[in-house]
Amino acid sequence: MIAWLLEFGHTLLLTIRDILPIVATIIGFQLLVIRRPLRNPKKIFIGFLYVLLGIAFFLEGLEMALFPLGKLMATQLTHPDFINSSSEIVRWQDYYWVYLFAACIGFATTLAEPSLIAVAIKAEEISGGAIGAWGLRLAVSVGVAFGISLGTYRIVTGTELYLYIVVGYIVVIIQTMFSPKMIIGLAYDSGGVTTSTVTVPLVAALGLGLASTVPGRNPMLDGFGLIAFASLFPIIAVLGYAQIAEWRNRKNSNIT
Amino acid sequence: MITIKSHFLKQLISSCFDLFPILAVISIFQLFVIQQPIPNVAEMLLGTLLIVLGLTLFIQGLELGLFPIGEAMAYAFAKKGSVAWLLAFAFSLGFATTVAEPALIAVADEAARVVAAGGIIEATEESQESYAFGLRMTVAFSVGFAILIGVLRIIRGWPLHYLIISGYVVIVAMTPFAPAEIIGIAYDSGGVTTSTITVPLVTALGVGLASAIKGRNPMLDGFGLIAFASLTPMIFVMVYGMLL
Repeated sequence: MIAWLLEFGHTLLLTIRDILPIVATIIGFQLLVIRRPLRNPKKIFIGFLYVLLGIAFFLEGLEMALFPLGKLMATQLTHPDFINSSSEIVRWQDYYWVYLFAACIGFATTLAEPSLIAVAIKAEEISGGAIGAWGLRLAVSVGVAFGISLGTYRIVTGTELYLYIVVGYIVVIIQTMFSPKMIIGLAYDSGGVTTSTVTVPLVAALGLGLASTVPGRNPMLDGFGLIAFASLFPIIAVLGYAQIAEWRNRKNSNIT
Repeated sequence: MITIKSHFLKQLISSCFDLFPILAVISIFQLFVIQQPIPNVAEMLLGTLLIVLGLTLFIQGLELGLFPIGEAMAYAFAKKGSVAWLLAFAFSLGFATTVAEPALIAVADEAARVVAAGGIIEATEESQESYAFGLRMTVAFSVGFAILIGVLRIIRGWPLHYLIISGYVVIVAMTPFAPAEIIGIAYDSGGVTTSTITVPLVTALGVGLASAIKGRNPMLDGFGLIAFASLTPMIFVMVYGMLL
């Protein structure tokens, strides 16, 4: 119990260290530039305290429950004994469990990602409910699932990273031209928020495990890039979700 | 008090729903695919409880503290009417939140090792450290710059997609000229810059500004700051890799 408290205290200190520059910036500008008292300082202080404690609990829990097992599973699933390929040549089909696991874990971790929840709450509030928080989170999660799955396929086959990224960007540009203007900012933002506290450590373990066990891959060069996939495909998914929603609305209004 | 309690309870239940898929994926794969029992069940349950509690507290704190302060500051700056101070705030916020970001520190150290192994810099600890430090400063500077440009865009009402698409074109055009070792790092550095505290604050700032400035629509103009913050680090890191 005491050992655990010490460990939690350590996590709490680390979180305070992360939050300190932000608080300093806000207080500095508040006092020196805006020079007007906040309307509800007590409420905001309590809010910051909640955020601080929340993140510390969240990280501590992840460290206890999910990361050890998740990372262990990532190495087990990518282990040559598990893949059990009979020949020396790498056949990408042998890695089907890896692709499936990548998709499932990408989907599940993105749903629990706190920054995405924050953006989704704000989007629902601003759009007056036209964009549902759940719909947005599901679309982003599907995007991450597909992105990470494709990213593991890329590591197995050893194809060039930038080819995928360039093609992805071209798809985004084409989609942007046909999407409702209202969704564009939100869609671009959702690419950046998917990869923070929960997703990055698990995905990095998967990439590193894969790059160090697939013959001919260099973990230094091929282990990177999964996060880039996880930030690109949510944009495509959210733009696609908006387009489908618009088409369906138009169809309905044509009928009635 | 009762309303607060029921609100908290509702949030607690919704946090359980948020977390359920991860537990399901891990248990199913562990039991049916890898076919091994789950080790340390007690510790896992306690950890899960902490995650649920943490997520609930975070979301409560979001609505009590982070969203209101972001919006209040946006309104205050808009009322003050000083664009220079607003831009200074935008830059500081981006720089300050990124420079201490643990994910970035980890990636920068890893990158220094990769580059040293590739023979681009000397394999001494000193040169690796200065490379990692330079990389961190580059990314922090680029995020500060990104929020600055994003805020300027909201004030001026420039269409977001032209800026972002030109950013993509620049990245694609630079990629063939950047050293191979830096490309993966550069692409990934776009994703790691946006932390759990930065995102709600920056979103509230953008949405608040777009609601406070006449002629701007919060839905149309308020979002997009984070998109800039994930785009510019890729460009700046590639430049950093090309210069060294």
